Amino acid sequence: MTDLVPISLTVNGERVSAEVLPRLNLADFLRDQLGLTGTHVGCEHGVCGACTVRVNGDIVRACLLLAVQTESASVQTIEGLSDSGEVSDLQAAFRDRNALQCGYCTPGMLMAAQDILIHEPDADREQIREHLSGNYCRCTGYHAIVDAVEATARARSEQAR
Amino acid sequence: MKASAFSYARASSVVDALDLLARHGDQAKVLSGGQSLMPALNLRLSAPELLVDIGAIEELRGISVANGVLTIGALTRHVDILRSAEIARHAPLLTDAIAHVAHPAIRNRGTFGGSLAHADPASELPACALALDAVILVRSRDGERRIQAADFFTGIYETLLAPDELLVAVEVPVAKPNAVHFFHEYARRKGDYAIVGLAASGILDGDVFTGLRLGYFAVGDKPMLAMASDHLTGRPVTTSMLADAQTALDAEFDPQEDQQATAGMRRYLARQLMARCVSTLLGRQDLETRALA
Repeated sequence: MTDLVPISLTVNGERVSAEVLPRLNLADFLRDQLGLTGTHVGCEHGVCGACTVRVNGDIVRACLLLAVQTESASVQTIEGLSDSGEVSDLQAAFRDRNALQCGYCTPGMLMAAQDILIHEPDADREQIREHLSGNYCRCTGYHAIVDAVEATARARSEQAR
Repeated sequence: MKASAFSYARASSVVDALDLLARHGDQAKVLSGGQSLMPALNLRLSAPELLVDIGAIEELRGISVANGVLTIGALTRHVDILRSAEIARHAPLLTDAIAHVAHPAIRNRGTFGGSLAHADPASELPACALALDAVILVRSRDGERRIQAADFFTGIYETLLAPDELLVAVEVPVAKPNAVHFFHEYARRKGDYAIVGLAASGILDGDVFTGLRLGYFAVGDKPMLAMASDHLTGRPVTTSMLADAQTALDAEFDPQEDQQATAGMRRYLARQLMARCVSTLLGRQDLETRALA
């Protein structure tokens, strides 16, 4: 009964079929079986946010989701968002503001930041902080990250006018 | 760490899930949103032989209102509750409380029923269920039981749920026009576990509470409905009534000490939360005491 389970899902727009052990979490599946190492693994119990990905449009912790639970789901990782250009302005803002040093938290941080930029485009600094409160960064002290997200929000709303 | 090996079964319906639990209940764990179960598995605090995944059972999802009762399906996610106009209208305490539950990425997966069945004594929603006088619907192959929230929680991660039972829904009486609510928790960081928290629901007749339910969390081995509220109802609240209620509160619970707080600190914060709740609901700043007594 601990046998391999067949799954079929979409990852960054591509159909993927695989056989996985029930205990394999989504983060390890993405990294080890699909080679998508942009999704980082930090705490492995849902605290640090480094493994944040999108499943069916919602950000989730890839370490708190089993690969078998993603049957028929649409998964998007930082590779997908990066390659499509969806977050290119956000990435540029992170660079401009020094919103990363070691970079370990950055993929998860970008996923969470893009989520608030989509759902609350007029978010203020306090709301941005709150939305990112589930993502740890041990380098920057968060200020520069909030700067970058806020700058991107303002730039996008300017563009929308 | 990684979870130890287990088998996996995706239940296609409630009947299917109940069959699986009847066969494997003792060795099985129900996987709902997994936001508490998965950390426990990854930390190897839990090592079931089988996970019964109920995530695909559509009949367990959703919010409905009928005959003065709000019914929340077990699989309703925290984010669905946060965004629900029906919840905001009929049980606004839940709307306030959900914003304190973890972080957005967790709220996108975590479920209402899962949180109640998990019964973490520091979590917000079990205390809300107490304050709202909710009824918890559980089902097994033998039929359905309706359990008052006040009876449901029995200890740390322990409830009246039997191994072959599934929590299917929660019923909450819709808020009356003169209902008031209060939610606050003290935590080190946004989204962290509360050091002490209070979910309260009351009925106000002018400046008098005709009813007041105080659901405390993180003050013991389970959420606690404080009987001390009896001191605050039936008459306009005075400073001495509040002091009596705080003394009674102190006598009825036995908070634990851990790395977050001493038992004494929890007692102090619980009394402060009571004062803050009463003064906020009544709009009476004079009641918000800072006395250490």
